[in-house]
Amino acid sequence: MPIAIDRRSLIAGSLALGAAGLGLPRMAFARGAGQRNLMFVLLRGAADGMAMLAPVGDPGFAALRERLLPDYAGAPRIGSFFAVHPALAETARTVLTGEALFVHAAATVYRERSHFDGQNLLESGGTAPYATRDGWLNRLVGLLNDSAPGTPSLRALAIAPSVPLALRGAAPVSNYAPSALPEASEDFIARVSQLYAADTELAGLWSRALETKAMAEDDGMSSLRNAKAAGALAASLMQGEGGARIAMIELGGWDTHANQRGAFARSAGGLDALLAAYRAGMGEAWADTLVLVATEFGRTARLNGTGGTDHGTAGAALIMGGGVRGGRVIADWPGLGESQLFQRRDLAPTIALESVLAGALAEHLRLDPKLAMARLFPGRSGAPLAGIMRG
Amino acid sequence: MTPASIALNRFGYGIGSDTPVLRDIEAARAFLRRQLDGYEPAPAAIAARADTRDRTGETLQLLRSLRARAADMSEMGGAAMDEMGAASAAMMAAAPQDNRREARAAALAELPPEYRQQLADARRVLVDDIAVRVETAIASPAPMAERLVHFWSNHFSVSVGKPGTQFEVGPHEFAAIRPNITGRFADMLRAAVLHPAMLLYLDQFQSIGPNSPAQRRRGGRAGPERPAGLNENLAREILELHTLGVGGGYSQADVTEFARALTGWTVPGLGRVGRFAKDQPSGAAFVELAHEPGARRVMGRSYPAGGEQQALAILDDLAAHPSTARFIATKLARHFAGDTPPPALIARLEADFLRSGGDLGSLSRTLIAAPETWAPQPVKFLSPFEWFIAARRLTGSTAPERRLLIGALTQLGQTPWRAPSPAGYEDQAASWAGPDGLLRRVEMAERIARDAPVEDVIARAEAAFPGALSEPTRTQLARAESGRQALGLLLVSPEMMRR
Repeated sequence: MPIAIDRRSLIAGSLALGAAGLGLPRMAFARGAGQRNLMFVLLRGAADGMAMLAPVGDPGFAALRERLLPDYAGAPRIGSFFAVHPALAETARTVLTGEALFVHAAATVYRERSHFDGQNLLESGGTAPYATRDGWLNRLVGLLNDSAPGTPSLRALAIAPSVPLALRGAAPVSNYAPSALPEASEDFIARVSQLYAADTELAGLWSRALETKAMAEDDGMSSLRNAKAAGALAASLMQGEGGARIAMIELGGWDTHANQRGAFARSAGGLDALLAAYRAGMGEAWADTLVLVATEFGRTARLNGTGGTDHGTAGAALIMGGGVRGGRVIADWPGLGESQLFQRRDLAPTIALESVLAGALAEHLRLDPKLAMARLFPGRSGAPLAGIMRG
Repeated sequence: MTPASIALNRFGYGIGSDTPVLRDIEAARAFLRRQLDGYEPAPAAIAARADTRDRTGETLQLLRSLRARAADMSEMGGAAMDEMGAASAAMMAAAPQDNRREARAAALAELPPEYRQQLADARRVLVDDIAVRVETAIASPAPMAERLVHFWSNHFSVSVGKPGTQFEVGPHEFAAIRPNITGRFADMLRAAVLHPAMLLYLDQFQSIGPNSPAQRRRGGRAGPERPAGLNENLAREILELHTLGVGGGYSQADVTEFARALTGWTVPGLGRVGRFAKDQPSGAAFVELAHEPGARRVMGRSYPAGGEQQALAILDDLAAHPSTARFIATKLARHFAGDTPPPALIARLEADFLRSGGDLGSLSRTLIAAPETWAPQPVKFLSPFEWFIAARRLTGSTAPERRLLIGALTQLGQTPWRAPSPAGYEDQAASWAGPDGLLRRVEMAERIARDAPVEDVIARAEAAFPGALSEPTRTQLARAESGRQALGLLLVSPEMMRR
């Protein structure tokens, strides 16, 4: 991009010009969570957990998915039971070096099969779709702010063209996605700030837009299509004091109703590249970073008539980070026999996904796990899962 | 907002070149009713569109033959698909800068020539169809009707993200949605869900009855290159998204039974079964050989064996179901009266739907007559597409060059016929009122103002928001250093962001 000016100074200049209401807090963080980072990756469309992490050691697997067996012939193993999809090679390596783990046969409390309701429940953290209007990640920001009174609000960011439900709510959040549009002129930006001075909603959105724009500087990207670049961008937006501490990114392309072999490999390859680039980009901060990867539900255990899988129930989740006690799969394996399948069609859920998410982030962020569970995922009967992080 | 400003901006797409002065709410209502009466389902640009019906399924056939060829050559049958997918994605993403274009060219160079030609044709048709949609809305003397077209098109959302749909998404809106926006919901439902675009998008084209002659002839053998069997996708989304709604009272058994009834409905021009296809009014084809034999039971009602009539009968009952009335009433109320729609308005629309047998013209008139849709406070945050159309209507600038149009809408975050899910684009402020989206509108506004007439900006602002231009906005416009800058600011003013 032909831009000679450093965006950071450009934005600072425009603010000095006259947007008095936009004083941006640049104070250092002083809070319990310190400089810990949390990245939530939402796989929209119900990623096939049994393709991601195939239970090749289960005698029922071959019969259900014979056509997919060649994919796992030389695939990395975790123990003798599970094989990681070959498109997730970097992820598998991270598991085997002890910095990542899979959770399998996990599901939220949702037991129907609508993507939109399933995603709504996973993002809102409510017990029924549309029962809760804000998102659990936004409530987490609130919880962390409450635990460090007197400090500026923790920065939370969606790396997406719009703020996903998980991050919507009372706590201020921002969003950012690379753009191919020409930058607005300095003077125009300053005048827009004045134009919005009397409009609370637009002034708030605008000041957060300018903050994140300053952080992103010239990312050289025009979209989030390149997964590797998106992972590197996410890491760049979480650097240093001014960076986001909590971030979220979404990946689509998981709704593989037909011919899923190629489609799944494509989506999984994107996820793998994103995670690897993010991890590399975090550098030393990786030690204080936790990545949670989840999807709204799993897919049918058996391949359907068109070489794909339909909406199911339990699936897999991935937890990654410098402090994760990795190298393993957390699962209470339900089996794949006809009578063991949920409603004779889906992998049966044996672990509550909410307990996994709450347990992991509470240990990582030094929060009381019970409090985190109650605030983020109220109304669940299960306890938050313990022992996900080292130490 | 004043009634005049509400008629222009909440019900329509903002001021146009021929907008009359509306003195009071009754004049505003009459103006809207006249738009529905004079609505033109097929303006010249749409009527003149070249027929691409014989190309339905062409892209898909190519995909299949390529996949089969690759599978013959190696065990890794997915590799060719990956290239195809990447090339299709690169091809369809119309970012305006050169590096993307080069990447696209490089991806295309890897493909066989017949596929390259096919993709280029598909892209040209798609670019033209999107331009026709946008230009029609910008020039329309009946913007409320255009808004209804886009509302219903989004209700029956299809996406070019699915290979093979590029020739079909335009005709889906032009032929299945446009003629029906003031007609019966049941007619629109049939036309929209049985259109080739939807049959391709939601995998119905390849769903085959497990006990059908076609399946038995294959000896039940289904390999990766010969997919055969039942696919529930379309059946589920019709129940969940198009008719009853997710809490509408259907079960997994209803989904599967409905999917069985839908087998045989496919697109013309596909493979060997195509010889047996019966062409249908929707542009679809029905292949009896692939239809699951026998009677079906859906939502407590029985449907005797009956070929293509079986699914049509189920669709008609779904269209008349009380859950459908409730679901449609709620969505319409949300679009015109706010993200949390008033229950009284929902109830009136629902009763109107049931009384009129799903007469969409009647529902539109109920919306115009309702007190709730005339609330003086803005009730909606504009989506990027709405904002773009309103900005273009206000500036009076010519629409951008066709090949740049998709890029512009993509950058704003809402490309027509490319919603991320079958639920369509979301219709609530929380989806669109974000920092990043706002920044993009600001960047786009400065660009639009650069090429537009810039005289009398304040007078135009007063005409665009009659009696509703705020003092702070007026002050900032008056302080602008040039007409150009004032116009840019007007395009991103609070008045332009909400309706």
